[in-house]
Amino acid sequence: MDEPIETPPTATPPQGEAKPPPKKPTKKPPKSDPAPAPDYVLSSSPHIRKAISIRRIMGEVLLALLPATAFGLYLFGPHALWVLSLCVAGSVATEVVCQRWAGTRVTISDGSAALTGLLLGMTLPPQAPWWICLIGAVVAIGLGKHVFGGLGYNPYNPALLGRVVLLISFPAQMTAYYSPGWWGVDAVTSATPLGLLQEARIRSMGLGEATQLSMSDAFFGFMPGSIGETSTLALLAGGLFLLWRRHITWDIPVAMLGTVAAGSALFWWIDPSRYMPPQFHLMTGGLMLAAFFMATDMVTSPLTTRGKLIFGFGCGLLTVIIRLWGGYAEAVSFAILLMNSAVPIIDKYTPPRLYGTGKPPAQGPKS
Amino acid sequence: MALTSLIQRFRSFVGGIHPPYHKDLTDHQTIRQLPLPERVILPLSQHIGTPATACVKVGDTVLTGQMIGAADGPVSAPVHATISGTVTAIGMYPHPSGREVQSVVIESDGADEWVALPKRDGIGGVDNDTLRGWIADAGVVGLGGATFPTRVKMSPPETAQLDTLVINGAECEPYLTADHRLMVEEAGRIAEGGALIARILGVGRVIVGIEDNKADATVCMEKALTRLDPVRSGRLDVTVAVVPTKYPQGGEKQLIAVLTGREIPSGGLPMDVGVVVHNVGTAAAVSDAVLLGRPLVERVVTVTGEGLAAPGNARVRLGTPARALIEAFGGGEQVGKVVFGGPMMGVAQFHMEVPVIKGTSGILVLPPEAVTLEDIRPCIRCSACIEVCPIGLLPNMISVCAEQLAFAESEQYHPFDCIECGCCSYVCPSYRPLVQMIRYAKTEVRSLKQKAPH
Ligand code: SF4
Ligand code: SF4
Repeated sequence: MDEPIETPPTATPPQGEAKPPPKKPTKKPPKSDPAPAPDYVLSSSPHIRKAISIRRIMGEVLLALLPATAFGLYLFGPHALWVLSLCVAGSVATEVVCQRWAGTRVTISDGSAALTGLLLGMTLPPQAPWWICLIGAVVAIGLGKHVFGGLGYNPYNPALLGRVVLLISFPAQMTAYYSPGWWGVDAVTSATPLGLLQEARIRSMGLGEATQLSMSDAFFGFMPGSIGETSTLALLAGGLFLLWRRHITWDIPVAMLGTVAAGSALFWWIDPSRYMPPQFHLMTGGLMLAAFFMATDMVTSPLTTRGKLIFGFGCGLLTVIIRLWGGYAEAVSFAILLMNSAVPIIDKYTPPRLYGTGKPPAQGPKS
Repeated sequence: MALTSLIQRFRSFVGGIHPPYHKDLTDHQTIRQLPLPERVILPLSQHIGTPATACVKVGDTVLTGQMIGAADGPVSAPVHATISGTVTAIGMYPHPSGREVQSVVIESDGADEWVALPKRDGIGGVDNDTLRGWIADAGVVGLGGATFPTRVKMSPPETAQLDTLVINGAECEPYLTADHRLMVEEAGRIAEGGALIARILGVGRVIVGIEDNKADATVCMEKALTRLDPVRSGRLDVTVAVVPTKYPQGGEKQLIAVLTGREIPSGGLPMDVGVVVHNVGTAAAVSDAVLLGRPLVERVVTVTGEGLAAPGNARVRLGTPARALIEAFGGGEQVGKVVFGGPMMGVAQFHMEVPVIKGTSGILVLPPEAVTLEDIRPCIRCSACIEVCPIGLLPNMISVCAEQLAFAESEQYHPFDCIECGCCSYVCPSYRPLVQMIRYAKTEVRSLKQKAPH
């Protein structure tokens, strides 16, 4: 049999031994030997890949949360560390259980469960009891993520879902805040600035004690609140890091913060005796944390820039509405979850511009 | 008449990526002339269209440049012997596309004796149809990789309103430098070829598009073009366009948009917007075919990659087996993957005897450590693929449809507009093989349509 083709062994054989002697010219094309298993990898193009992975993204988001986490621990002491650890451990454990149960590969090493756990912990009061943390983690990962099929398929931000379920089920524990105190020893129950504002509004007392908050304290984060939400400065630093690393895009934070600023500014301008100024709204509550770390969650936000702008605007608008007139002091979680459910519709109506349709972008020679 | 500079800078297109280019491995290596191969395997299908029909039989002696496969029908191209010697086999042999293809094997006699080439003195009085015939007879096809028979692209329908010829010297694929070296070393041939094509098409404007990472090529092309008669006399309006380095700048759709501001309508051809695009290598081959009567028997190939000790560029006789080239450029045991073409769109090979064909612009040898196989994860909707898609598709949505076998549904995401550039797969953090899934969707949608004619 003709043997015009040798297989490529790793050790190169002497060349030229493949001499196909034309024994007899047949009509039938001589079939080359079936090639034994190749020594090389066969795969579809492209053959190079960007050095990026889910684990890398999650890792860098965790890194971006470091300043805010560290500040929260500094401010609220060891019990905050306990809360965060429980949330992270609970989330990772829940993911293991869910994936074992479903018989799929356990993917805790990609860091997404840990990130959800950390985000959940950062939205809890520093003195949250252990069972709140664990229930939150189970709800976030189990209900928020694996019920829908796991990472990538969840329509709602898992951490926010966990938090909101806790907020509705256990309002007393979830709104028991303490003034910042190292070691938690001198912890005194005290309401968050938004809580004060809410209370004053319900009692028709104007702005109440909320006006006493110093804007520089708010910026640095010295005020009662959830573990990871108080320091605008630390959250901004993390957000800018994510922007620089391109794990988030500017559109959602800018649209969301812009809408909150514009909306609150409008009412403040109409009646400053009943409404707080925009800087107050920007720096209190979970807005900064949400705008950079939760609304921007890839899985649960729209795909294109146009869609993200609409999404961010919606999040901002709902936040303003709920904060100014709603029954909950903290509006951001509800706003984002509501907008999460609008994502499929937004995606449908904001496809990217298809080449060859509509108006082409400015091209041609540079002047 | 003193000409002002032909060089002009252009803006970039939307989307695209900046992969590591690795062009420095070979972009200063002059084109090497390699010893003749002992044996060539010449597939009768080195172009898009009907394969050529063999017109030699086993045992025949052939001369270099002699036709061994005749074009079959209007969209086809002849194949020529690339060495002189004896036809030792005609049969099915591995082809860079991954299939086995009817091929003619020639064993060299070492003499490289050429057929008598036709005499050509000038083309002044020759009509365009004759020129097209010469180009077709020489077996010229698109050398940029598309391998569309050049004659077909030179015969636009009467209705086409052409005004611009784009010569594509962008060479945006990482690693490849064959076009770059050709522009630096043989700009004259490209310029002549460009002028010829412009004449046949009857267009008055030629734009040579070159990425801004090839400054020397830009200068050489300008110099060569300035020497052309029609340019000196002002009959031909020529621009050397410097375009930003970004992949896939050399894609027809991107290059045309960048150079002319026009976009090819979905499913259309460059002709629909008055443009014809030819690769620089094709222009050079056209010039040889017309001015020298020389058939296409060799091309410039970049043999490169970290798996080689001494990567470089070479003028290679078609049909030369990959093994010979890899050995000539210091390939050893460190082979993880062998790719014909560039890393973004090339085809991985399983066989070292696969021959260089007309569309082979490069052979890329990746070392084992560069070859990673990662687990495919679900789409996390990071939208990286959408940001880089130069066409404005939603690659993730098509891939999700394909995964769920919802092919009819995938159609609403325009899979047929995809140019398969691979940018989406390149950036996906979930290692989703997006292009592969889009190709899959295309095939399935096509067969769905065939089954159920509307
Ligand atoms: S979808 Fe097609 S055109 Fe878009 S980036 Fe992917 S391969 Fe390129
Ligand atoms: S790049 Fe991958 S993970 Fe990101 S949206 Fe596209 S397909 Fe999904």
